[in-house]
Amino acid sequence: MAATNYGPKRLVVGAHYGTIDFIVQRITAIIMAVYTLVLIVGLLVMPAFTYENWKALFTFHVFALPVGQLLATLAFFALAWHAWIGVRDIWMDYVKPVGVRLLLQVLTILWLVASVVYFAQILWRL
Amino acid sequence: MSDSAAKPRPQFRNISVPQILSYRLPLAGKLSILHRISGALLFLCLPLVIVPLFAASVASPESYAQIAQYADNVLVKLVLLVLIWGYLHHFCAGIRYLMLDLHVGVDKVSAQKSAGVVLGVSLALTLVFALKLFGAL
Repeated sequence: MAATNYGPKRLVVGAHYGTIDFIVQRITAIIMAVYTLVLIVGLLVMPAFTYENWKALFTFHVFALPVGQLLATLAFFALAWHAWIGVRDIWMDYVKPVGVRLLLQVLTILWLVASVVYFAQILWRL
Repeated sequence: MSDSAAKPRPQFRNISVPQILSYRLPLAGKLSILHRISGALLFLCLPLVIVPLFAASVASPESYAQIAQYADNVLVKLVLLVLIWGYLHHFCAGIRYLMLDLHVGVDKVSAQKSAGVVLGVSLALTLVFALKLFGAL
């Protein structure tokens, strides 16, 4: 590797330096925060806190479009992607052996994909 | 230039596990590690508690009513309260980080102040949920 590996002489190979992950972490956070506000507004305009009204938060339709389910699905995808970056950062900070880190990262992905599928099949069966 | 080689420069490494307890973090540092802990907690509980709880709440009127029965247990109440705190803390601290990214309140004094506000607001909201959960509200 060249002695000066920064500034204009930086060796630009191999990685995207985490910029995309940095941005995704923030965009997904905003998506989840907005969805939280949507749920809070939904709870506030709810005439009474009953099973039917609670379920309707996630199943309401607008012009035959399943908006409630779509919003919940998008928010959950944002959650999974956000959690992936966050948990991956934890492994990268504290777990140095490459093999163990890779194993934990693979398990993290399986954990999150399983959660997404589990959530989606509950939501879209309603 | 050659002098600098003679004098070894101080090295700062990650603190080791026994040092953690004696290490005095500033408030913003405590907020930061709590952000990480709450995030990890929510991640671990996602398919174990959060999604199953959601499933029960929407599946049928019977399973919806059953949640209240399960929540009669004090241990269940505590688990729920820890998760509620985790969400509230992660939400409030996350808003603070987004503001910092927008260069709002980056200077030392206002960053410390906002760290205190986040801690106060998230704990106060958690207290409201605790009172509700344990039937005092």
